[in-house]
Amino acid sequence: MTAAIEFRDVSRVYGDVHAVDRVSLAVQAGEFFAMLGPSGSGKTTCLRLIAGFETPDTGSVLLNGRDVTADPPYERDVNTVFQDYALFPHMSVLENVAYGPRVRGQRKDLWQRRALEMLDLVQLGQFAQRRPAQLSGGQRQRVSLARALINQPRVLLLDEPLGALDLKLREEMQIELKNLQRRLGITFVFVTHDQGEALSMADRVAVFNRGRIEQLDTPRTLYTRPGTAFVARFVGSANVVTGELAQRLSGHAQPFAVRAENVRLRAPDVAAASDAMTCIGAVADVQYHGAMSRWQVRLESGEVFAAALADTAANGDFTIGARVRLEWARADAVPLGSAEAP
Amino acid sequence: MRGLSTFLYRRPALYLLLLLIPPLLWFGTVYLGSLFTLLTQSIYAIDEFTAKVVYEPTLATYRQVVTQPANVDIILRTVSMAVAVTVACGVIALPIANYMVRYASPRARALFYVGVMLPMWMSYLVKVYAWRLILAKQGILSWLLDTVGLGAALEALLRIPGVGGPSLSASYLGMFVVFVYMWLPFMILPLAAAIERVPESLLQASADLGARPGQTFRTVTLPLALPGLAAGSVFTFSLTLGDYIIPSVVGAPGYFIGMMVYQQQGTAGNIPLAAAFSVVPIVLIMIYLTIARRAGAFDAL
Repeated sequence: MTAAIEFRDVSRVYGDVHAVDRVSLAVQAGEFFAMLGPSGSGKTTCLRLIAGFETPDTGSVLLNGRDVTADPPYERDVNTVFQDYALFPHMSVLENVAYGPRVRGQRKDLWQRRALEMLDLVQLGQFAQRRPAQLSGGQRQRVSLARALINQPRVLLLDEPLGALDLKLREEMQIELKNLQRRLGITFVFVTHDQGEALSMADRVAVFNRGRIEQLDTPRTLYTRPGTAFVARFVGSANVVTGELAQRLSGHAQPFAVRAENVRLRAPDVAAASDAMTCIGAVADVQYHGAMSRWQVRLESGEVFAAALADTAANGDFTIGARVRLEWARADAVPLGSAEAP
Repeated sequence: MRGLSTFLYRRPALYLLLLLIPPLLWFGTVYLGSLFTLLTQSIYAIDEFTAKVVYEPTLATYRQVVTQPANVDIILRTVSMAVAVTVACGVIALPIANYMVRYASPRARALFYVGVMLPMWMSYLVKVYAWRLILAKQGILSWLLDTVGLGAALEALLRIPGVGGPSLSASYLGMFVVFVYMWLPFMILPLAAAIERVPESLLQASADLGARPGQTFRTVTLPLALPGLAAGSVFTFSLTLGDYIIPSVVGAPGYFIGMMVYQQQGTAGNIPLAAAFSVVPIVLIMIYLTIARRAGAFDAL
């Protein structure tokens, strides 16, 4: 089966910055694909390379098996939902949505009907005659979505589309987007710096770091079996153990990761479980997050460990500065590849 | 000092008033006051025999302006020239402004801005007289056209009735060229500022949705740059309406509004008629702005 999107050894260089550094990837048709990474990691540049706003310096971009590296955006069968929505302020909502069919020369009665259908799809039918400035952020987001989907693209690109929305609206839109993708069956490529968003929505996630893909996996694999220290920290906010401490705890020098919710805190005089790794430290800080609390514990050797514990009495209550025993099951220590600098 | 600051901070209205009185006085007396004085002059008329102004409100002077065929000719001539100059400036300025803002490298862009503004820093009179020489019968322009074999084309242009004349420097065509040269920067600068305000993502969205660059320019850039085009055209239109030096140095002998105002308030001593004539551009600009507003030129502001 031909991939919907394929990158072959693609690089994009600005001055001496390698925004995208020899990236190869294949996105399958109908997949919900997320590109996750901190700002400046190259994920947005990758999206712009697919849309055609950027041209790679080396390598090639293929859409449905066809090389489109040299094609301008208006000849590519992809559409984009922009971070700032990029709605045309001088047109009504209906005209915005109908823009694609109109520039392709469709008849007025046809584009009007299609645009109204699309607006109904995103539940904005009654706002057709408004200007974008008269809509709320969430409504603009939907207009932008309808405008991109009216062209029936094979691939929909979404550039941090939920970044400007407040938490509740963001969660609603996540569900709505996911449903929409299932219903329409088109390929979604979603750029975000929010790992929660990527994990909850995507079929597969590519984690970007410094212009390269660190790991490309399903959300579950990414979270439970991170391949590198970067992925362990960025995706799971896991504790990464390296060097001497790794040697002492696990018996060999290979770095490993332990997720914060797998770390338990005990009073130092309680005996450790038999197949557990354990060490002693002092509570440095605690942040209350409602359902759980996040504890920072500093070891004598200087490393800081995080432990996320449900906020129940069974998990104990320690004061700041108290000596505690950190403990986690040997099976929860995930060995990490390539002895990368922490 | 501290007491005064606190006193004024607690009384923002008084503070604002103190700050605004000097500029408001200046603006009120110098700009609006003189304009008002001028306008009051126009409702008087001159006594035909004594050549003295009769201070009795009358519409006779206005009637003279809009009914005497010679005066109507002057108005039509000036307005036609202003419209032609404005359209030409818009057509020339659009691609230049768009290129400056969207395509030129930062360095080339700075050069463009200097290039556009440099002529504005030079003496107006020097430029007008220089153009008279350039456009003269044995001037550099006709020499150049002769050399490249286009002399006949120029002859043909100059034979067009109404537009042509014995030479470029003595024709409305030549005057038009000088007007366009003079006012072009006033069109380019506001237009470039307006195009610059159009977010890049809108152009990308347009291309993403399937619009070719020409379509994007027509459907996104141009409508959003209309306020700039309107501002620039108000400059070129009103500057052409009011100018009296270019028509008197370059071009055919027909009178323009500016020349009429100059002559009536000077040698002829007919202040009411000069005032009535200077009301004409004000009214025309108001009509123009109303039309532009109706057409939606300021909707994107």
